[in-house]
Amino acid sequence: MENKKFNLAQEIELVKEDCLRPTRKWGRSTQIWLGILCCVAAWGLFAFIHQLRHGLGVTAMRNYVSWGLYISTFVFFIGISHSGTLVSAILRITKQEWRRPITRSAELLTFVSLLFGGIMPIIDLGRPDRVLNLVIFGRVQSPLLWDVISIMTYFTGSTVFLYLPMIPDMALCRDRLIVTKTRFDKFRKRLYTFMAIGWTGTKTQWHKLETVMTIMTIVIIPVAVSVHTVVSYIFAMTLRPGWDSTVFGPYFVAGALYSGSAGVILGMAVFRHLYKLEKYITPRHFDLMGRIVLALTLIYAYLNLNEYWIPAYKMATHEGFLLRDLFFGSYSGVFWTLQFGTVLLPIIIMSIPKGRQILPLSITCVIIVIGAWIKRYIIVVPTLLHPYMPIQEVPADWSSYFPNWVEWSVTMGCLSGIFIVITLFSKFFPMMAVWEVEEGLEIEHDRQVALEMKKKREMEKMSQEVTVN
Amino acid sequence: MKKENDSESQNENRRKFLKLGLLAGGTLAAGVVGLEKVLSKEEHTTTDKTVMSSDGKMYKTNSKNLKECCAEPVSNEEARKGIAGKKFVMVFDLAKCDGCKKCTDSCQEMHYTEPDREWIKVFKMKDSETTAPYFLPKPCFHCDNPPCTKVCPVNATFKRQDGIVLIDNERCIGCRMCMAACPYSTRFFNWSHPVQTAEVANMKYSPEQGFPRRMGTVEKCDFCPDMLRQGKMPACVSGCPMNVIYFGDQNEDAVTNSSGVTLKLSQLLEDNAGYRLLEDLGTEPRVYYLPPKNRKYAKPDMNKSDGDRKEHKHKDMDMGNMIM
Repeated sequence: MENKKFNLAQEIELVKEDCLRPTRKWGRSTQIWLGILCCVAAWGLFAFIHQLRHGLGVTAMRNYVSWGLYISTFVFFIGISHSGTLVSAILRITKQEWRRPITRSAELLTFVSLLFGGIMPIIDLGRPDRVLNLVIFGRVQSPLLWDVISIMTYFTGSTVFLYLPMIPDMALCRDRLIVTKTRFDKFRKRLYTFMAIGWTGTKTQWHKLETVMTIMTIVIIPVAVSVHTVVSYIFAMTLRPGWDSTVFGPYFVAGALYSGSAGVILGMAVFRHLYKLEKYITPRHFDLMGRIVLALTLIYAYLNLNEYWIPAYKMATHEGFLLRDLFFGSYSGVFWTLQFGTVLLPIIIMSIPKGRQILPLSITCVIIVIGAWIKRYIIVVPTLLHPYMPIQEVPADWSSYFPNWVEWSVTMGCLSGIFIVITLFSKFFPMMAVWEVEEGLEIEHDRQVALEMKKKREMEKMSQEVTVN
Repeated sequence: MKKENDSESQNENRRKFLKLGLLAGGTLAAGVVGLEKVLSKEEHTTTDKTVMSSDGKMYKTNSKNLKECCAEPVSNEEARKGIAGKKFVMVFDLAKCDGCKKCTDSCQEMHYTEPDREWIKVFKMKDSETTAPYFLPKPCFHCDNPPCTKVCPVNATFKRQDGIVLIDNERCIGCRMCMAACPYSTRFFNWSHPVQTAEVANMKYSPEQGFPRRMGTVEKCDFCPDMLRQGKMPACVSGCPMNVIYFGDQNEDAVTNSSGVTLKLSQLLEDNAGYRLLEDLGTEPRVYYLPPKNRKYAKPDMNKSDGDRKEHKHKDMDMGNMIM
């Protein structure tokens, strides 16, 4: 008994150290990585300023394809943001113990992708200077305003959801940061103290935290579902062939969960490797997450079937015109690669236990994430190129679309912004919820103790029986 | 608003109107409509001119005191309300349309439009392999169930009591949701700094005329409400040499074409089996078509395209023979 307890305390200490280690030093590679990211972000910013000065005309968008890479990326980023909710909230609610080491990175991914996902439509505005008109003259009847409201709600919610379980960890960081000689350390101390909001770990504080976490866990799930449903509505509320679909809400939610949970696996793999968390994020975690992604991919595949097979069976005039282009026309290569390569192939790989090992699963998830991004593009662009009225006698660049350097630069700038925030976060804050992992260890320990007690009692019973006999 | 003493022909376009519709100088300021806004950049030779003030009195004055201007556009508030008691409606008699695109030309001239933006566009249509080709001029349909105004997040595009759908480019945030929502591809975006003369750029803006244009905002056919307020026809109607386009007020049940022929709207639609484009979308367009029966022109050549504008590159994409 005594021995076990000692082990537990030691192990908890080890967890604390393992989690805090990355925040202690900024390695050379981190600096180079951040440097590269900042260069890309600066280039993106330059491209955006160029776009601000000369208008959206510097992009490849024209009057038929009036939405392009920016809006596709918006939908993709918002999709990725579903990861945090799924892993964190759903696994929390279902009391899945194995969730503990991966909740923090999942919630962070939600926070960052929402932050940049929310910026994308503003970048896409012709008049970003008038963005406040949305508040001054906002019409609740417009799907765009639903987006604004639900994304802002979700962003606030997921920020709280990320922050709440960080409070005890912030107190830990505060208490462990003793030597504050440099100005940087002083800044960190102040930051941790501020973010810990006076956490001392009293019973009342724990009780309050747990109550609020339970409420947030329940609230955040419907909010997350509503966000991607509403994102789909900016397309589904139009009369356009390919968008005018009643299945778009669930289709987008499924697509979001499929890409978002794959994003979580990628985050797990990267942080496990970089921050030496192999002990905590184990092959078992990958196997279990792989099963979840498999289930979500199956749901997504099922909704793909509904989205394309139902209109394809009927081939109504305008829908048929779009579908012919997707199935056999100029988009057929991309379309079938997406369906077979990023939906069917991952299903096959993840169905095999070996496919859920760390390396094959991570590669599969890279494929899924990139595939989800391209899929958004294939949802947005071909529909715009297949309007009801024929495209006749227009300037050549109106009737085709491929993003140009401005759009790529701005988008890549935003993507590197995501990586910058994630990197900085991981350098300031522990990437695992220390107290949650601790709690997990305690529960595991208690379980083992109880098991041993039970065994002991049984043994005693048996020996008693033996003596009686 | 000022009513012109109308001796002008119906074909009179606005550019001429701008030059004629000039009014009074400094001393007459108080009583005169539309005075300070639009300054001509040209040097005037000073001559004596006779002008009429808004209360109908004639004055003689030196042209030095005169500023060239147009009728001052109505306020934003008025432009959003529309003209009371009217329900504007347009009818295209497809049997008469020979695809000359004069409607597009007069529209572009009146609205100082860049050539790539055809607020009214003439399509070459062929509904299926076996049916006959015909020309189809397409303005904005000013739908009674407009998909575009529904989705506008800031009420920059709106439906008025007279049936007209307009855009306020001083409010538009350029999200292009309306362009995505319009099933008729009727809306255009100012992707870059608009190409317009200083004269146009300095005019007072009103949603009723669509210029001066602003970068990052949407524009489209507006049924020329500024002309309607003056009791004139929209540019495309008066510009059509084939008398294809009828325009009028549904409340009066009367429509008129460029030759001044006025017909009973309901009778016209009934006798000629008038229809609306893509009726099944439920957008309730305010624009009607009369079928191209007994065409009075050579049928359009579906294989020929117009010189400098390139046909889009995917052959599949030409829905000319797929529509409806």
